[in-house]
Amino acid sequence: MKGSIFGRALLPIYTILALLFLLIPIVYTFIFSFNDAFKTNIQWQGFTWHNWTNVCDAQGVCEAFGNSIIVGVVATLAATALGTALAIALVRYKFRGRNIVSLLIFLPMATPEVVLGAGLAAQFFSLGTPKGMLTVIIAHTLFCLSFVVVTVKARVASLDASIEEAGRDLYASPGQVFWRITFPLLIPGIAAAALLSFALSFDDFIITYFNSGSMQTFPTFIYISAVRGVPPEANVIASAVFVLAIVGVTISQVVSSVRRRRLAASR
Amino acid sequence: MAEVSLSSSGTELTLQGIRKEFPGFVAVDNLDLTIRAGEFFALLGPSGCGKTTTLRMIAGLEDPSAGKILLGGVDITDTKAYKRPVNTVFQSYALFPHLTIFENVAFGLRRRKVSNAKELALAALDLVQLAHVADRRPAQLSGGQQQRVALARAIVNRPALLLLDEPLGALDLKLRREMQVELKKIQADVGLTFLHVTHDQEEAMTMADTVAVMNNGHIEQMGAPESMYDLPETAFVADFLGQSNVFRGMASSANASTIEVAIPGGTTLRVPVARASAHSGDVSVGVRPEKMSIHAGAVAPQTDTNVISGGRVTDVSFTGVSSQYSIDFGPLGNVVVFEQNLKALPTVDLGDVVSVSWKVERGFGLRDHRAAVIDEASEL
Repeated sequence: MKGSIFGRALLPIYTILALLFLLIPIVYTFIFSFNDAFKTNIQWQGFTWHNWTNVCDAQGVCEAFGNSIIVGVVATLAATALGTALAIALVRYKFRGRNIVSLLIFLPMATPEVVLGAGLAAQFFSLGTPKGMLTVIIAHTLFCLSFVVVTVKARVASLDASIEEAGRDLYASPGQVFWRITFPLLIPGIAAAALLSFALSFDDFIITYFNSGSMQTFPTFIYISAVRGVPPEANVIASAVFVLAIVGVTISQVVSSVRRRRLAASR
Repeated sequence: MAEVSLSSSGTELTLQGIRKEFPGFVAVDNLDLTIRAGEFFALLGPSGCGKTTTLRMIAGLEDPSAGKILLGGVDITDTKAYKRPVNTVFQSYALFPHLTIFENVAFGLRRRKVSNAKELALAALDLVQLAHVADRRPAQLSGGQQQRVALARAIVNRPALLLLDEPLGALDLKLRREMQVELKKIQADVGLTFLHVTHDQEEAMTMADTVAVMNNGHIEQMGAPESMYDLPETAFVADFLGQSNVFRGMASSANASTIEVAIPGGTTLRVPVARASAHSGDVSVGVRPEKMSIHAGAVAPQTDTNVISGGRVTDVSFTGVSSQYSIDFGPLGNVVVFEQNLKALPTVDLGDVVSVSWKVERGFGLRDHRAAVIDEASEL
C-alpha cells in the first residue's frame, strides 16, 4: 500500500523537480532584475523599479543589446534569403553536385562552435578583414544558413509541384509564380526559419567572441561584465526578452487554434 | 510566338512526330495527332502509356525531345507554358490553397490583365454552380466541389484548348458519372476544344467524339468510340476498349469478301475482308462477348455463322438482365459470353459441354493476337 502511494507520487515529484531545475535560473534572473543593487547584483538589496525604468544607465548594456539586434536582424535576413533560395533549388532542381551541397549544408551544424569560430577568425585574419560588426554578421549568417535550409527544405518538399505548374499554366511568369504562389505557401516555413535564426544569432557567444573584436553583443557584454558583476540592467533585458518570447508564442498558439476551429466549423 | 488570345470556338491542335525521352526510356514515341476545333477528344490508355506526358508537352510543362506542336497552325513547340493559350485541369486539381475560390478562378484573368475579370470569374463560378462558396478556401470544399473549381479556373480563360488530366479520377463512382454529364454539357455550352486524358474506357467512350487508344508511347488506334468498339484493329484495343474473345489463327484462304482462318483444334472461322486489319498470314479472329450465343451440345456450322464446339462451362454468373458464362475451350483458352435473360433463366449449367456461335459479320480480324504486356512498373 505504502509502495503504491510512493509510486503514484513519484512522477509528479519528478516533474516538479525537473521544472524547478529548469526555471530557477530564469526566475532568479527575473527577480534580481528588481534588485536595488550597487556595484554587484549578487546579494538582494531591496526592491526597485529603477532598473526597469532606466535600463540604459549601466554602461554599454544598451549598446551591446542594440548590436545584438542589428547582427540578429541582418544575419537573419541574409541567411533566410540565401537559405530559402538554396532550399528551393535543392528540392525542385536537379543539378550536378546537388547531393554534395545537401550534405555540406549540415557541416556548420555538426562542427563544434569553438572550431567554427576559431576557423573563421583565422580566415578573417588572413584576409585582413578587421573584426567587428561585419565579421560577426558574416559568421552568424553562415551558421544560421544551415538551419534555414533544413527548415525551409521540409516545407518545399511538402508543396505539391503541380500547384506551381498550375500557376505557369494560368499565364503567370516565373517571377509571378514565385511571388504569388511559391513564396506565400512557404511563409510558415520561412518564418519559422527566420525566428530560429534570430534566436540562434541573439544567443550566440562562442563564434561571436572569436570574431567580434572590440564590438560587444549582449552575450559577450555579459560574459565580460561577469568578472566585476553583471549589472541588474542586463537582468532586465534578459527578462524582457524572455517575457516577449513567451507572449509571442502564446499569441501565435491562440490565433492558430482559433483559426483551426473556424476552419473546422465552416466545413 | 503565339499570343494569348480569347477564343470563342476552340482551335485545332496538331502534333507532328512528337517524341519524349526520359533517362532510360522513351515515354512518347513519334506521335502524330490532329484534334479538330471544338472536338471532345479522349486520349485513353493504361498508366504509363505516355498519355499524361503527351498532355504535359501540349501544356508546355514538359519539352518534347523531338517533333512539333501546332495550335491553330501556329508552332508553339518552343512557347513557354505561361504564354500558351492552353489551360489544364490537373489530376490533383492543384488549387492555390492560400487564395479564395474566387481568387483561384480569377487568377488567369488577372495575370492577363483582363478588364472585366470579376464578372467573368463570377460567371464561371455560376456555370459550375459554386458562386456561393466564392469566399472560401479550397480546403473548405469537398472533392467534387474542388474539381469544379479547377474546371472553372481553366475554362474562365476561354483557352484555345482545354486539357483535362484524369480530372475525375479522385471522385467516387456516382459523382464521377454526374461530372461526366456536366463536363460534356459545359463543353457543348462553351464550345471549346477538349483534350481529355483518362484510363477509364467507359468514361472515354461516353464523353468523347474521338478516342485515341495509346499504348507504350504510341497510338494504337483512333476513331469514333462506336466504330472503335465495333471494329478494333489490334488485340490491345479489342481488350482495352471493352471485353473481347480473341482466337489466334492462320489465314487459310480468302475470296473477295471473306477470309477463312484456321484455328487450333481443326476449326475454321470466317471473318469479312472489310472487317479485318490483316488479310494473310497471322490473323486473329475476335468477337465481343455480347455478340455470341451459347448452345447446349454441338451445333452444325453454317456459312454465315462461326461455331466452336466442345467447351466446358466453368463459371456462370447471373446479373439479372443478363448472364455471364465462362467457357473453357482447352487450347483455345477461355471464352466469355454474355447472354440476355430474355426468355427464362440461364439455359446451361456449370460443367455442361456447350458450343458458342456468332454471325460472321459480327466478328473482326486483328493483325496481332495478344495485347502487349502492360508494365505497371514503368508508370511515370
